Amino acid sequence: MANKSKDGYLSRKEIREISRYNRKITSEIENKNKRKNVPESEYVCEMKDSNNEVEFDNVHTYFFTDAGTVKSVDGVTFDIPKGKTVGVVGESGCGKSVTSLSLMKLLQRPQGQIVEGAIRFNVGDKAIDVTKAPDEVMQKLRGNEISMIFQEPMTALNPVFRIGEQVDEVIELHDGQGKTKEDIKRRTIELLQIVGIANTEGVYQMYPHELSGGMRQRIVIAMALACNPKMIIADEPTTALDVTIQAQILELLKNLKDKINASIMFITHDLGVIAEMADYVVVMYAGRVVEQGTAEDIFYHPAHPYTIGLMDSKPVVGKKVDKLYSIPGKVPNPINMPNYCYFKDRCEKCIDKCDGAYPSLVKLSDTHMVSCYRYYEEGVVESKSEGDAQ
Amino acid sequence: MSDTMNQDDNILEVKHLKKYFPIQGGFFNHTVGYVKAVDDVSFSIKRGTTMGLVGESGCGKTTTGRTILRLDGEKTFGDVLFNGKEVYDFSNKEMNEKRTEMQIIFQDPFSSLQPRMPIGEIIGEAVREHGIVPDKDYDAYVEKVMDECGLQPFQKQRYPHEFSGGQRQRICIARAIALKPEFVVCDEPVSALDVSIQAQIINLLKDLQEKRNLTYLFISHDLSVVEHISDTVGVMYLGSLVETGPTDRIFNNPLHPYTQALLSAVPTPDPNAHMNRIVLEGNIPSPANPPAGCKFHTRCAKCMECCKTDAPEVRELEPGHRVACHLYNGQGKAVEDVTSSSNDADEA
Repeated sequence: MANKSKDGYLSRKEIREISRYNRKITSEIENKNKRKNVPESEYVCEMKDSNNEVEFDNVHTYFFTDAGTVKSVDGVTFDIPKGKTVGVVGESGCGKSVTSLSLMKLLQRPQGQIVEGAIRFNVGDKAIDVTKAPDEVMQKLRGNEISMIFQEPMTALNPVFRIGEQVDEVIELHDGQGKTKEDIKRRTIELLQIVGIANTEGVYQMYPHELSGGMRQRIVIAMALACNPKMIIADEPTTALDVTIQAQILELLKNLKDKINASIMFITHDLGVIAEMADYVVVMYAGRVVEQGTAEDIFYHPAHPYTIGLMDSKPVVGKKVDKLYSIPGKVPNPINMPNYCYFKDRCEKCIDKCDGAYPSLVKLSDTHMVSCYRYYEEGVVESKSEGDAQ
Repeated sequence: MSDTMNQDDNILEVKHLKKYFPIQGGFFNHTVGYVKAVDDVSFSIKRGTTMGLVGESGCGKTTTGRTILRLDGEKTFGDVLFNGKEVYDFSNKEMNEKRTEMQIIFQDPFSSLQPRMPIGEIIGEAVREHGIVPDKDYDAYVEKVMDECGLQPFQKQRYPHEFSGGQRQRICIARAIALKPEFVVCDEPVSALDVSIQAQIINLLKDLQEKRNLTYLFISHDLSVVEHISDTVGVMYLGSLVETGPTDRIFNNPLHPYTQALLSAVPTPDPNAHMNRIVLEGNIPSPANPPAGCKFHTRCAKCMECCKTDAPEVRELEPGHRVACHLYNGQGKAVEDVTSSSNDADEA
């Protein structure tokens, strides 16, 4: 990558160089994805643990922009067990949404690409490595096996089609073989009932603008459930909603999870919502996982200074403090990440060791892992970590 | 809030304020109805304190704030007394001068800053127009205000797009306090920000309040933030205040069923907290056609027959703690003049 000039702006020549370099890399990956009739051996693999639905293994997702390469997801490793909810939490720009989009391979092309690592998705007796799977295979996975609930129910629905048509379309595309129009409509009505819409026949005929935010989010959830997926990604499903409506939607998601027995990857920045929904919690910061564990581990024994800071900076109803803790400084520039711990510049608990390479994951217990030098004596340092290898 | 304060210490008194927006339609575009955005709201704020205003979206929180500052044209009914004077009685020229004393911080720091103005000008423009400081001190004054709000003086020549969300909100705050206001309406100042940035902005607002003895009307839908920053809280539903009172009373002893539901809906960061959540059914009704009687009766779990026909009167159950609900008929005392009696209670 070209160096930045002294004043912080790139010259025209440098930008040209960067974009030429980017085009070379991205078109290579794109061509690989577009191939047809790819032999199965290329993308079929084995799960490490057959109880997991999804395994993220050292995933790197980069955006090749004209200002340089943005390492949005920079070595993320965690598992999503079958039938469990994994909450991913972090500030905006920390790579939580990009992680979920990597699983769907829905990244903005051609700039966004998964460049390294593996995402293994369990499809019964075998596993598919999403990072290597060509577009053909991905199309069959999306909707059928993995589906997504988006953040903004206002923009996720098409304003010029009726609700019924939009839900019908999903079923027809993914699950429509041998089904008549009446069958599909019956399924749509059934789905609307599942997500708690009372006037199903009426809503079937309505346009999105006729519904409130909470109702629209229910429709989006119905669309996600249309083909009984094994894995549901919920990308900030309640952020745009009021607290009372948020409570309704969370209640609905909890009930549905028991009914359909799917795994949920729940992305949010609200620690309260995570505590309520998640079995396991993954805390991300600047494209990396800084801490992961069960909900009890994270909320009762937070270890990483960032997690602790995040908890302290949120006011909690019924807990009075004089002054809120605020994490000093701001997230480092994603184009020029430091080569030491990304959180060091904002951390108030720094030790001498922190000047070294990015800390590897330390196992504090069977489920609880943290990436911080302060716990090197207490826990078992994972040898295969990406940080020390660099 | 000390006991010695008297009524003169109310910087703002709002009495039976109503703000209706006409709905135009039909032949010749005549008015066919009204959206009752603010419908009979009364409260008062003491100098140097913060009043939090909470409620769901569309309940009229923001309109209340804007109507107090006379930003939405004429009010429909009621009084807004700022330092004892009716805001809507000022002439345009007087209002212009008064605007320096009452400022607002808007919700979205991305759309409330002029993208073609350097931030030194954004902060300083009104200072110069109103002649807050002599011309020779102008530059130093703008830099001092920026410094107070956590901005660096060298950033004066930069444009809003060069700043992050948290810093933009600092610019908005600097713009408001540069005019040395007494009263600031904070319209959801932290809801567009991340948790860690949110804490920085809340701390900044609290520091400024201490330093400059500011009075805030803090509008937010986030109950945890409101609890942290406010001295008194008002809960709004569909244009009306259903409950007002000191913060600790509202949060420890919520009386109105809506407040109870709202509080129980807030997720707590504790995975084992299994509380009895009251999930409200349905959505907030349309303010153009609010339900008869108590506006909340369509979603209320404790709805009685009388709720469907009679609007509840405001009753004071504890000192300063008022609620408008039929559940408490016969308890406490009915409040007639809604703004003055809280002071009686404080004096007692």
